[in-house]
Amino acid sequence: MLADVLIVLAKVVLALTWTLLLALFLTWVERKESAVMQDRIGANRASVFGLRLFGLFQPFADAIKMLFKEDFAPTFSQRALHWLAPTFSFFFVSVAIVAVPFGDTVRLFGRRIPLQVVDLNAAVLFVLAMLSLGIYGILVSGWASANRYALIGSLRGAAQLISYEVALGLSLVGLIMVFPSLSLSRIVESQGALLFGFLPKWGVFLQPLGFAVFFLAGMAGTKRVPFDLPEGESEIIGFYTEYGGLKFGLFMFTDFLEVIVLSAMSTTLFFGGWQVPWLGDGGFAFPWGGRLDVAPWAVTVLRVLAFNLKVFFFCWLQILTRWTYPRFRYDQIMDLGWKVLVPLGVGNILITGLILAARG
Amino acid sequence: MIKAWLVVKELLRGAGITSRHFFVNMTFHTLRLFGIKTKRRGAVTIQYPEERKELSPRHRSLHRIRPRDDGRPSCVACMLCVTVCPSECISVEAAEDPDPEVQKVPAKFVVDLNRCCFCGFCVEACPVDAIRMDTGEIRLASKTRAGLEARLDKP
Repeated sequence: MLADVLIVLAKVVLALTWTLLLALFLTWVERKESAVMQDRIGANRASVFGLRLFGLFQPFADAIKMLFKEDFAPTFSQRALHWLAPTFSFFFVSVAIVAVPFGDTVRLFGRRIPLQVVDLNAAVLFVLAMLSLGIYGILVSGWASANRYALIGSLRGAAQLISYEVALGLSLVGLIMVFPSLSLSRIVESQGALLFGFLPKWGVFLQPLGFAVFFLAGMAGTKRVPFDLPEGESEIIGFYTEYGGLKFGLFMFTDFLEVIVLSAMSTTLFFGGWQVPWLGDGGFAFPWGGRLDVAPWAVTVLRVLAFNLKVFFFCWLQILTRWTYPRFRYDQIMDLGWKVLVPLGVGNILITGLILAARG
Repeated sequence: MIKAWLVVKELLRGAGITSRHFFVNMTFHTLRLFGIKTKRRGAVTIQYPEERKELSPRHRSLHRIRPRDDGRPSCVACMLCVTVCPSECISVEAAEDPDPEVQKVPAKFVVDLNRCCFCGFCVEACPVDAIRMDTGEIRLASKTRAGLEARLDKP
């Protein structure tokens, strides 16, 4: 009993550490990647005892800067809510990571430990619900700031997030029809099979349209640049105008956490999660007939590595998108959400249903 | 429908351009990290305080007074630069020179860099080619106003 509690605690700590560290270094990756894309070098001055390491200490310098800034709240703001809003945003996103399977199972001291904090049987719904609850952070921050522009910004954010939640939910229905389960671990396991004997049965091959709709709607949910109407840091005033220092840092961190959660969900649902193509429990079984035996511990390591690589790839892709496209106009955002993504999501369900019915 | 497809095509083309820049630059960064010399660099920027770009020969930087062969300033305190200066930032106090050929020297030659606009008119106006703007010193920052008053008659 005690061992079970300890195992869950250790998994919680590990998952949180993984997420927070990744988010911390995504701030560095974002600066460096955008710099490389724009023929610059990027932040490389932060050093510890003269050790620069390509500016890898920059996130820590940023964190220290934010910690020591003045904790400011406007005079007419609602102090308690002003404090709570960033914590809401932060909490709901970071809690979503518990449902993500990082790997299959490890055998330690005669126990089978699944590399997933909680194997919820409705994990898809849980993650969607947590991402939706993030709206409260935005709404409360705009309300508590006692600033009309911040309030309008938070309403814009709420409208955008609610619009895209619809598309996000619809895009996943097709996937749930194909892998008839709401549990993320079951979905990942069923993606280990083969399609036509050679193609890994990943969600993206079965539901390409569903993936496109999911990824676009998810990116709109992260509130980053092509969809950053709630913030609009450079021109229009957004919901965290009245925030500074650590509280602003929490909002910024939340964005990066949302990037990670979206990457992890795309990986898990559409790109086979921890599945390595053609890698079974005993080793590789290539479709062209070869076999390569791999030790069980190496299989686990490979699978965790594969999951991480896929997540990194999607983080990279989102940062690339963020630094490529300019911001949409508000009506364009609403058009894309309601007139493009929602019909596409419904169409995807229809097509999936027809194909499933035709196959019996 | 066709319009939507064109939009998607252009969006993908944009992502192609940025990712091409990313991968090409990353290749050169990686090659140079492992000590392989390449003609092209991964970035077009330079690391400023350590690396400097060469200034153009006609670049106008901090002023100096050209010295004579014996080291005394070659300025004859004719006040032409003071007259022509549009920012009125040059102030010269004349003094008598023991040499009858020279007659006047500046006792004090101050350029107030708070006001100077680096137009170079003083250089053009000087009849004896005494003031020049070719020191190559472009880091002219100071925490006090007095620190930006350059005494040119003293080295």
